[in-house]
Amino acid sequence: MFSQPSIIIKNLYKQFGNISVTKGVNLEVPFGKMTILLGRSGEGKSVLLKQIVGLISPTSGSIIIEGVDITTLSEDELETHFISVGYVFQFAALLDSLTVFENIGITLIENDVSEQQILKIVKEKLALVHLDESLLSRYPGEISGGQKKRVGVARTLVSEPKIIFYDEPTTGLDPITAGAIRELIFSMQKESKERTTVVVSHDLELLQYADYAALLHDGKIQFFGPASEVFESNNPYIYQFVRGLQEGPIK
Amino acid sequence: MFFDREYFVKKTETLAAIVGHTTISFIEHLGVFGLFLANCMHVLLTKKLKIEKIIEQVNSIGVGSLGIIILTGSFAGMVFALQSYIGFQRVGGEQYIGAVVALGMIRELGPVLTALMTIGRAGSAIAAELGSMQITEQIDALKTLRINIFQYLVIPRILASAISLPLLALFSMICGILGGYFICVHILSLNPQDYTTSIKTYVELSDIMGGVIKSMFFGFILGCVSTYKGIFTHGGARGVGISTTQAVVISSISTLAANYMLTKILENL
Repeated sequence: MFSQPSIIIKNLYKQFGNISVTKGVNLEVPFGKMTILLGRSGEGKSVLLKQIVGLISPTSGSIIIEGVDITTLSEDELETHFISVGYVFQFAALLDSLTVFENIGITLIENDVSEQQILKIVKEKLALVHLDESLLSRYPGEISGGQKKRVGVARTLVSEPKIIFYDEPTTGLDPITAGAIRELIFSMQKESKERTTVVVSHDLELLQYADYAALLHDGKIQFFGPASEVFESNNPYIYQFVRGLQEGPIK
Repeated sequence: MFFDREYFVKKTETLAAIVGHTTISFIEHLGVFGLFLANCMHVLLTKKLKIEKIIEQVNSIGVGSLGIIILTGSFAGMVFALQSYIGFQRVGGEQYIGAVVALGMIRELGPVLTALMTIGRAGSAIAAELGSMQITEQIDALKTLRINIFQYLVIPRILASAISLPLLALFSMICGILGGYFICVHILSLNPQDYTTSIKTYVELSDIMGGVIKSMFFGFILGCVSTYKGIFTHGGARGVGISTTQAVVISSISTLAANYMLTKILENL
């Protein structure tokens, strides 16, 4: 179907006590493409994403990112793994005690990069996400939800990740801001052919920007295919999901 | 029937289950806390720490708590002097009040009171801050940005607590002794010479060192427990409240228990 996978997930299980969230997820995310992971609220999309990123350990199964099974890595090795991975959190997760400048440049600040260099990079990333430099001295509490998400993207871009994960990037935003965020995700993907993007969302508008789509239901991937074919697909799960039908295999 | 065997067995089983569950949970927590401390030690020995981060925390924990430490230390010394006067007056030993107040403040009240007050002010703040960061995914964000949370959040707070508490305790001791002096000389009209001479005669450097060492341990307890509770917060805003309360309760109890053990150890040295 595609040249080479960037992420390979094999038989991924995750249990919290007696509750199973992922029940044998198998998925191959294509390299250099944008994949959207769809699913109803509470299906465990974010949990799956956090497992792929390494924030949550799976109960069993493997997650191979660029040839490395991250489920076998130690804490220190995982830190190195994060170099190639960027994660944009649902609510941006900006550090509220730091300014926008410090938030975007935190990795550089912690690695003792010169102040001039940090300012240059931060301004560059801020321009990429179409934000004004006047925001740099503001705190996260002083900017809007849409601006926070953009700052979150800018912060992720600082480390030039090969794979970017977006967790519900358009949730809770007004239609205009949501549209701008979709465009931003798309432009970030187009910026580099080497970049793989995974977006977790139930925002169907994102399908027009994505290359591939997957549907998570009942802890398993029930559909995977080109995003352009989602509306024509006869797969009962995706058929029901994209049409918002009450009748069907998704209860 | 006086004795319902089935009922009794059921009750015993329930009780055994509760005891078993509590014991397992306690040991589990102890294990996780042990791993947390081991990780702290590993990071402390292998990673570079930023002095400015520690200074920032000393400012927040130490300087921020100075006001209440001065107040509580002063009042503790004043009450101690007043109570001692009542007793010593009966046996005609008023000239020893200075030494009693000073030894009490230096060896016990200063370090313990400082620890308890700082736990209430700074320990709760640490647990609440880290807890809020945890539930709003800020800690996860730091991990994905390749920032070691022990190096960035935990160690600076533990070190700052261990540095701040002895200094705060010294302030508390001084304020307590001065408070006692004020009561003895200006309220009870005792001879100021008696107060100062008895301190010079009976207080030794080892007493002060003992108090400072104790405070350092108390600071370490405060830092470790508060950061641990904050980092392992879960369950939303309610979880932050629970973590904060637990941080204060566990730190306070641990401080009092450690105080007994340290007093015993220092006594034998």
